[in-house]
Amino acid sequence: MKNKYSVFSLIKNALSQHENWQQAWGNPEPKKEYDAIIVGGGGHGLATAYYLAKKHNLKNIAVLEKGWIGGGNTGRNTTIIRSNYLWDASAGLYDHALKLWENLSQELNYNVMFSQRGVMNLAHNLQDVRDLKRRTHANRLNGIDAVWLNTEEVKKFCPIINTSPSIRYPVLGGTLQRRAGTARHDAVAWGYARGASEMGVDIIQNCEVKGIKRNGDRVEGLETTKGFIKTNKIGVVAAGHSSVVANMAGLKLPLESKPLQALVSEPVKPIIDTVVMSNAVHAYVSQSDKGELVIGAGTDSYVSYTQRGSHNIVEETLKAILELYPIFSRMKMLRQWGGIVDICPDASPIISKTNIKGLYFNCGWGTGGFKATPGSGDLFAHTIANDEPHKLNAAFNLNRFISGDLVDEHGAAAVAH
Amino acid sequence: MFLINCPFCGERDQSEFSSGGEAHVVRPKQPTELSDDEWAEYLFMRKNIKGIQFERWNHVHGCRKWFNVVRDTSNDKILSVYKMGEKPPVNYK
Repeated sequence: MKNKYSVFSLIKNALSQHENWQQAWGNPEPKKEYDAIIVGGGGHGLATAYYLAKKHNLKNIAVLEKGWIGGGNTGRNTTIIRSNYLWDASAGLYDHALKLWENLSQELNYNVMFSQRGVMNLAHNLQDVRDLKRRTHANRLNGIDAVWLNTEEVKKFCPIINTSPSIRYPVLGGTLQRRAGTARHDAVAWGYARGASEMGVDIIQNCEVKGIKRNGDRVEGLETTKGFIKTNKIGVVAAGHSSVVANMAGLKLPLESKPLQALVSEPVKPIIDTVVMSNAVHAYVSQSDKGELVIGAGTDSYVSYTQRGSHNIVEETLKAILELYPIFSRMKMLRQWGGIVDICPDASPIISKTNIKGLYFNCGWGTGGFKATPGSGDLFAHTIANDEPHKLNAAFNLNRFISGDLVDEHGAAAVAH
Repeated sequence: MFLINCPFCGERDQSEFSSGGEAHVVRPKQPTELSDDEWAEYLFMRKNIKGIQFERWNHVHGCRKWFNVVRDTSNDKILSVYKMGEKPPVNYK
């Protein structure tokens, strides 16, 4: 790597007042033709380009991004990473990603601040207890670390939780995945962009796709705001806008795009050293390294592309947060925002070929795509390069909506859909 | 967040309503004769439009009646409201 980051490069640049750092990725104009084009410069798209170049020896690749890289859901999520999903197919997919996370900073020579601080999922009613215990057993059979904690153990692990039996939805226990945690979301996009750019991938920002050119049943190129670009392999990783891109090729997807909100508080001293998620009352919270509480709210019930979301959704989440953490009652919220998430009927993603040759989709991650970023990129790159899915994403094909072989993960998706 | 003009109760906050998704997805007349592809199309595939969308809403915390709405999903502006069974307005294609 040309400009390897290390303690020595840090000292060297400190001596020159940090004025000589080189740009981390290029800013090229698009070429006339590419071997493969990735539509969408978020974490998943950049990771796809990175692994295409690294593992599949494709060098003539472009990533097209209509805004700036990592400016969509990659920069809007609550940074939670875990792999405690119920079904074998999901366990394989998400734990593959988690294993890549564990070595990602070294792999990219870029500090993604991956922190395995644990993720705890709370149970608030008898059905929660049964479901979460079942999921713990399923996880352990799949080699994923998971333990069941009773109420006292929950309190011991995270003392600020109100475990009083008299609250509206009392804490009856919870599960804990210790290998789970958080990472710095922007750094993930930047690290993959830097790594991909180093291997010759063109990252083209402010370039919006306007049309997909087809010749019969195969793709020939993309109409963009920077002109026509020829290619015979297109990987679409457009999150909330997947259906919009699919419509350009005359495809319909089983997706609905909805606003999902998050918010952060003013920064405070360390108070919560783990991630706590609570599906039943819809409250989840962690603390960023800057000290802000990072709170995830729910999705709106209707299709919208406004990147806003409704006030009542935030209000409901904060009510639940206050009941569970009375200590936060005087915290002030600093910022609130929304991102558009593409939700599949079975709350599982699609990493798949389509019936148009050379057109691939990686979408449907809904409310929980960030955790899968490295795995999603790796498997999508494999699918594009070989025109065949990897065994870890074979179950996540588009055809499952026709065959009925759905991967129902509504229970493990943190946000109720 | 926006206001919806319920054709039965008048203008109310969106949080009183429940979204029923895309409108005019016709239930198959003879379900037993449907192929798997046709079932997938009916059950799962959605236009998921960015722009003008025809959709169903239910005034679930009000009169509990269903009706149709034409809404621009890129800015949440409601362009038209019409009752179930009425023809969709033609000027929003």
